[in-house]
Amino acid sequence: MSSFEIKPYPEMWKALDMDVPRFDKMRLMMGDMYAKAYLSQPNRPDGMAYFDNMIAEIHGGRVKELLAAKTEGRPVIGTFCVYIPEEIVLAAGGICVGLCGGSQGSVPDAEKILPRNICPMVKSAFGFKAARICPYFQAVDFVYGETTCDAKKKTWEILDKLVPTYVMEIPQCKNPRDIALWNEEVKDFKAKVEEVAGKTISETDLAAAIKVMNNKRRALQRLNSLRHHNPTPISGKDGLLIEQIAFYDEPVRFTEKVNDLCDELEVRIKNEVAVPATGATRIMVAGTPMALPNWKIHTLVEGAGAVIVNEESCIGTRYFKDLVDETVTGMDNMLAALTDRYKEIDCSCFTPNNERITQVIKEFRDSGAQGIINYSLQFCHTYNIEEIRIRQACEAESIPYMFIESDYSPEDIGQLQTRVEAFLELIGE
Amino acid sequence: MYIGIDLGSRTVKMAVWDGERLRDYKIVESGFEPHRQAEKMLSGLMPKAVVTTGYGRHIAAEYFADGVITEIKAHAAGIFHHFPDCTTIVDVGGQDSKVIALNAAGKVSNFQMNDKCAAGTGRFLEIMAGSLAFTLAEFGAAALASEQEVQINSMCTVFAESEVISMKNRGIPREHIARAVHSSVADRLASMLARLGYGEMVAFSGGVARNPCMVALLQQKLPEIQVVVPELPDLTGALGAALYAAQVS
Ligand code: SF4
Ligand code: SF4
Repeated sequence: MSSFEIKPYPEMWKALDMDVPRFDKMRLMMGDMYAKAYLSQPNRPDGMAYFDNMIAEIHGGRVKELLAAKTEGRPVIGTFCVYIPEEIVLAAGGICVGLCGGSQGSVPDAEKILPRNICPMVKSAFGFKAARICPYFQAVDFVYGETTCDAKKKTWEILDKLVPTYVMEIPQCKNPRDIALWNEEVKDFKAKVEEVAGKTISETDLAAAIKVMNNKRRALQRLNSLRHHNPTPISGKDGLLIEQIAFYDEPVRFTEKVNDLCDELEVRIKNEVAVPATGATRIMVAGTPMALPNWKIHTLVEGAGAVIVNEESCIGTRYFKDLVDETVTGMDNMLAALTDRYKEIDCSCFTPNNERITQVIKEFRDSGAQGIINYSLQFCHTYNIEEIRIRQACEAESIPYMFIESDYSPEDIGQLQTRVEAFLELIGE
Repeated sequence: MYIGIDLGSRTVKMAVWDGERLRDYKIVESGFEPHRQAEKMLSGLMPKAVVTTGYGRHIAAEYFADGVITEIKAHAAGIFHHFPDCTTIVDVGGQDSKVIALNAAGKVSNFQMNDKCAAGTGRFLEIMAGSLAFTLAEFGAAALASEQEVQINSMCTVFAESEVISMKNRGIPREHIARAVHSSVADRLASMLARLGYGEMVAFSGGVARNPCMVALLQQKLPEIQVVVPELPDLTGALGAALYAAQVS
């Protein structure tokens, strides 16, 4: 356990104009946190070794791959939201990396500039750039932003001064005229990526990229449905970790590794290997994304002896539940098929958003969970307000339900632990 | 003999249940290591089972407890014992306030806790009493005696304190300010209850239920229902834990 280390690459960091001493401290802290939260888990599948290594190499190995791609002229784009049409980036030979905003460490840096009472994910991500303590942020050609929530869209204006930030307009409703606008935005984004890549995307390129992304989603869907088995063959923490790594790993390799792990999990299910002990209370979480290294709720819930079997979240099912139609031909039709797929994502930034309410209940049933913890980051207005409708839906279906609003700071851990345990007691009675 | 120990942020409470009635109880300051206090309280006793609850419940369990339950379950068990018909509890302790809904069998069916901030907790009242130079006991009595109500608008401890200071500087008598502080906490509890939903009877437990002004104001904010306070309200959690110990062993 103590042998785990996130590998240092000080030379490379320096070349990326990072604050190396500061970053090195964060690296050590995150390594400790990871060892404590992850490596102490009993009976992990062997297939997790790959993902452990992805964490060990998070600040080195994968960054090197990005830098190598850049020297070949392939664009590297930082993303913050699952509305980015990743297929377009892949089709141009480029790479998407999700820029983490899940750490308390960078929040004070952001608060020197941004207001304090906005979403911690936005603050954390912004702080990483402002303090030069994220190699991915330093490596990207540009950042993809979108007009989903207010905190993000207004932060892009400030962030653009530090790193070029391209903003795609995502509408707020899903009427035909909104979809038409969205489709235009997808086309503009394609033009932007082509300009940076210095190449035109062909239909063949795009068709291949669509396949790659769909296969990645299928692998994640497969993992998710294996987690739904009772007893579940893998911890919720490990499940979440894989969903987090999905945002920065190379997609083809990642897909292969997730499928390998799924093969192993199928054998586990056959042999009745359960993680944790059979009979653990099964919990589903719904709500705002949990960006790396935000493992707060999972650590609390699984520390109390329960297990999380599903994340209805953007770092979760919203990322992989829908596929792009692979049968469509012709560039315009293919771009329309992309728009069609992305508009299925049921983010609370949309109104109305009835699909999400139905989806939460559906995932609850599919996952065989016994209760729902709805999680919203502090100051995320849309998820915080949509909470009311999720709660009402759970009441109507007699689903045990608890809402947690929290940020990344550790000060509410004691209180949350009491709430989580009381919720598990309530389900147990 | 069954023992329940509630290791709270301010005090450690122990209830001794002999199977039929409360045989004995103790309340001491938590000190730096609450579980050591609890161990001292237990010395010489030979219980069949010990169940812990409260903030220190898990640490204590490493040393001596046979079982652990949350404060929420413990208060539910304690109140069900006192008032079997009561389906709603408001518990205000040192660090947090909770509202709990019970089903007819006395089991927790829903609950809510205050968020991170200290407003609406015993700690909040203590800080406010301090800035008005009252002891805690005087604070509640003075507020109860005052008729005049001024308004505190801020629910955040830090802002509320500066509001209190500016009221003092405006020459408002401290009894009136004390009343306003109590009233703001009662408002907060009433709105937590409204969110959760409540029955015809609300039991008020936890140390703050010993404050007569808090009880009177909560009753005043909820005129259509009956607010009841158990004997020894701060012992409710420990008693619930002892009852639970008896039930499972
Ligand atoms: S919650 Fe909404 S805005 Fe945030 S990443 Fe998901 S889709 Fe994007
Ligand atoms: S969690 Fe909410 S506030 Fe934060 S970035 Fe996502 S949509 Fe915006």
